[in-house]
Amino acid sequence: MKRVFPILGLLTAVLLSYALYEALVAAPTEQTMGNVQRIFYYHVPSAWTAFLLFFINFICSIQYLVRPNPVADKLTNWTVLAIAIAACIAAFVIRPLPEGMEPSSVATTGLAIAGLYFLIKKCFSQTRTDALAVVTAEVGVVFCTVVLVTGPLWARPVWGIWWTWDVRLTSTLVLWLIYISYLMLRRFSTSGQTPVLAAALAVFGALDVPLVYFSIWIFRTQHPQPVIGGGGSIDPRMLHVLLINWLAFLFFAGLVCWSRYRLEILQREVEETQALEAMLEPRSRR
Amino acid sequence: MNFLYAAYAATWIIHIVYLGTLVRRYQRLSREIDELKKK
Amino acid sequence: MSKSSAVPSGVTAATLAKDLRLEWRSKDALNSMLFFSLLVVVVFSFSFDPNAEESRQIAGGLVWVAFLFAAVVALNQTWARELRNHVLDAYRVSPAPANSLFMAKALGNFVFVVVLEVLMTPLFIMFYKLRALGPAWQLIPVAALGTWALVVNGTFFAAISLRTRSREIMLPLLLFPVSIPALLAMVNATTAILTGELSAKFWIVLLTTYDVVFTIACLLLFELVLNAE
Repeated sequence: MKRVFPILGLLTAVLLSYALYEALVAAPTEQTMGNVQRIFYYHVPSAWTAFLLFFINFICSIQYLVRPNPVADKLTNWTVLAIAIAACIAAFVIRPLPEGMEPSSVATTGLAIAGLYFLIKKCFSQTRTDALAVVTAEVGVVFCTVVLVTGPLWARPVWGIWWTWDVRLTSTLVLWLIYISYLMLRRFSTSGQTPVLAAALAVFGALDVPLVYFSIWIFRTQHPQPVIGGGGSIDPRMLHVLLINWLAFLFFAGLVCWSRYRLEILQREVEETQALEAMLEPRSRR
Repeated sequence: MNFLYAAYAATWIIHIVYLGTLVRRYQRLSREIDELKKK
Repeated sequence: MSKSSAVPSGVTAATLAKDLRLEWRSKDALNSMLFFSLLVVVVFSFSFDPNAEESRQIAGGLVWVAFLFAAVVALNQTWARELRNHVLDAYRVSPAPANSLFMAKALGNFVFVVVLEVLMTPLFIMFYKLRALGPAWQLIPVAALGTWALVVNGTFFAAISLRTRSREIMLPLLLFPVSIPALLAMVNATTAILTGELSAKFWIVLLTTYDVVFTIACLLLFELVLNAE
């Protein structure tokens, strides 16, 4: 186990350097925006990574809440499976799909969600699921901070404004705020059941995000404003660089999460030992 | 152009700061482990 | 032992009646809240002194921010009394479902905050020379749904904050991010009705969705929170 880490670390460093080179040098310069557009190669992968981490936190929170109760547990299992199957069916039945969605990616996303859910369930015990939740929340916040910092730095030279209340930016900001409040709850809670409370908060946060998305969408329909980083097709060479950067950042995020996870598990063991010491000490003094 | 470098620099600064906090926590933890081992 | 999630109205009504009676008798909390609300309105009025045209544009936001502050102060007191008298422990061991306690607390808070809003609104109208250009009756469902959105999550997070250090600041920290879509809806609906320029319908639908989703979530998860020692 311990030898894998430095090897992966080296691999990640190589990937990141290669990705950086691609982003700054090899990728074609964008026509309208110029070189500033290259921020995109760091901004978007960080966003995708942050969302993935928060999603994993959501899965962990649900599992932590649901596992102690066998009925709820089975119900959730079936719901997750149903979502995966529904995604696969919908991918090939619904025509036409919303803009930007391919049938294969919808189906894959559905299967990936279910796969991730059951994988976490299998590999992590109840306490370790909670540890994973803390880890992904923290690292997710770090990546989300990167998104919120690089976003305005990209928007300012290109569109002339630091910030706008468009759907994606606002949803990201709200997600960031929710998870900061999550981390504060973890830090300030004096309860022995902090994991339960934090998991409940994470579920609330997850319910909130689609509502945020929808509310901003209504707002924008009523008050049209410039669209930042619009949709539309992307040059395949740029897509290639984007995906390389995402892969590099995924490796990086994975390593950071692994380190943080080991730290968390170690910390819990130390705390348990300290508590045990405190209990045993007076007796040994008699 | 400056914005481009600022963005890339900011990204890595944020990551390095976080990794720094992890290192500090590790050091504090290993000190506590040493203290426990002495007992 | 899992308690049923049905809401027996008997227990809820009894708890609600008790809370309202206690508030009425003590009057401390009520008086301080009233004065606080008045202060908020006055301070806001000093800060912004718009003419009638402008005021309609910004009043929606101002009013709801004021209501939000008043609600947070009210919510912070919500569990304090229970905690003082160890009532929570009694609830935990009683056979009464956790949901009825939650509904009673939430409804009690709702009544409390609505009373404050009813008292603050005439002051706002007076200071800002407000007059609704759109369908004014729509303000009632907006106010009701919006207040419930704040209160239902606020009661839930107040219960969570009980078991934290810095209890009073924890509640707004947890409540504000999650309430953002509801706040957006409330403010925009109110502005739409006051200016008469746009329809508030979408916002009311959003508020209703928000209320339904989070009321269900609170009811499902409250038992876990109550039992967390």
